[in-house]
Amino acid sequence: MEFKITNKAKTLTLALVVIGVVFTAIGVIINMDDALISRRILGSTLVSSFFFFSIGLGALFFLALAYATETGSYALVKRLIEGIAGFLPYGIGLMVLIFIVITVMDGGHIYIWMDPKVVAHDEIIEAKSVYLNKAFWWLRTLIYLATYYIFWIGFRRRSLEEDRIGGTEIHFKNYKKGALFLVFFAVFSSMSSWDWLMSIDVHWFSTLFGWYVFAGMWCSAMVVLVLLALYLKKLGYLPKVNESHIHDIGKWTFATSFLWSYLWFSQYMLIWYANIPEETVYHLARIEHFKVLYFTMFLINFAFPMLLLMSRDAKRHAGILTIVGLIILTGHWLDVYLMVAPGTLGQNADIGLIEIGTALLLAGVFIRIVLVNLTKAPLTPVNHPFLDESIHHEI
Amino acid sequence: MADKVIYAMYDDDDVLKDGAKKLVSKGVKVSEVFSPFPIHGIDPIIGIKNTRLGIMAFIYGLFGLTIATLGLRYFMVVDWPMNIGGKPNFTYLDNILSFIPITFEFTVLCAAHGMAITYFLRNKTLPGMPAQNPDPRTTDDKFVIELRTSENSQFSAEELEAMVKDTGIVELDQKDVA
Repeated sequence: MEFKITNKAKTLTLALVVIGVVFTAIGVIINMDDALISRRILGSTLVSSFFFFSIGLGALFFLALAYATETGSYALVKRLIEGIAGFLPYGIGLMVLIFIVITVMDGGHIYIWMDPKVVAHDEIIEAKSVYLNKAFWWLRTLIYLATYYIFWIGFRRRSLEEDRIGGTEIHFKNYKKGALFLVFFAVFSSMSSWDWLMSIDVHWFSTLFGWYVFAGMWCSAMVVLVLLALYLKKLGYLPKVNESHIHDIGKWTFATSFLWSYLWFSQYMLIWYANIPEETVYHLARIEHFKVLYFTMFLINFAFPMLLLMSRDAKRHAGILTIVGLIILTGHWLDVYLMVAPGTLGQNADIGLIEIGTALLLAGVFIRIVLVNLTKAPLTPVNHPFLDESIHHEI
Repeated sequence: MADKVIYAMYDDDDVLKDGAKKLVSKGVKVSEVFSPFPIHGIDPIIGIKNTRLGIMAFIYGLFGLTIATLGLRYFMVVDWPMNIGGKPNFTYLDNILSFIPITFEFTVLCAAHGMAITYFLRNKTLPGMPAQNPDPRTTDDKFVIELRTSENSQFSAEELEAMVKDTGIVELDQKDVA
């Protein structure tokens, strides 16, 4: 069945973009005299770009995971996953764009290790400059992004090819490529989190940070997937996607929320227990100035899914899933915000028109691109070898 | 009233499932199915209600959470405040982070053991309890449907047997129960 974007969705995404632009513009004009304005714009763009980029990346990871494990039940929603992962090229563009601006501005107070004046007076950064310098950092960044992009193009091409040709040869090729992607992703997801987010708090380090970021992106991708599936079902597409499929994605949302909470808590508790000044600095900065926001964010991302999605019936209920999903999504945006803002703006950070504006702007773009991606291929894959299994999926 | 139990034996779970469907569509009440492994999708066919084990698991977990919280507070804060690595130990809340892993483990312990014991009790399969299944082969490679005449009063035993014989059974057995 071919998907057509409704006029309502077109207006809505356009409205989001317009509201986002207006909010950002007003925010910039109000704060024009603020000395921190450029940092604030860069920071909030980085937050929202990374957030939506990571949703696309999470979807690509989930697709590769499904290929590598030869999952059967997901076949009916595979095109939805691809639709979300299809944001990746645009996300990569956004990331590259903002990285170029930051690099040209010598870090722009976002990555202070890019600024030679700062490095000259800071022994800790100087010692790290073998790894954290512009050239090597860009090399790594381009390798991560290029790898993701190449794998995405391959998965998409084979997926469309499978619709035409069928057979199992493509399936086994996907199996191999999926496993290979997971190997790359395991290393790159961790390292890119260090490079893009952890290096903002350049004096601090945590080996767990990469998994923590990864868990957040996986969870956000699952939430977007379940929201998209519910939306399409409501419009009358996907007649064969039954409650069991929704229940399955709901379970992923529930499980990845716990994975995220577990990693957040592990990082927090180990640092709290060891109480080494160079490690506690990360949480100190967040607790001193963002106490309410920081712990509210944790509660939103942990308690809401735990209490509201625990029962079987809740994971099959469209209304509950939608509300909890939207709340978790906001929570994970806040999570990314709290990874970036305390390091760039310190106590001056505040969620204002600029932050909300850029988030809404990119949300509008993200939704529109995902919907456009869905129109480009049949919503149900035609020759997927597990299609029959997926249609009879029952749990 | 004398109750007659009919045991119909199958050697394939899919045949049993089709047979059960056929019997139920004729209005027969299947009282029990014995199988060496869980047969997927048999529950709605013979009208078994959804399990309530999950609710019990939640209650056991809540019980564990409460006991662990109260216990840790008493052991580590009230009765004998312990100074471990210079961590604050004056109130429970000061030290809550170090209690969370143990609380979590205890919650899981209570939920898991509570569930397992409830399951065994409810199924009457605690160690040492007499076996309920009519034929030892149902723990190997055979599947048995149990019908009771008392639950199917609109049919006679002969009618039931005739219907069962149509469903691809390999053996038929019956027993009088007082």
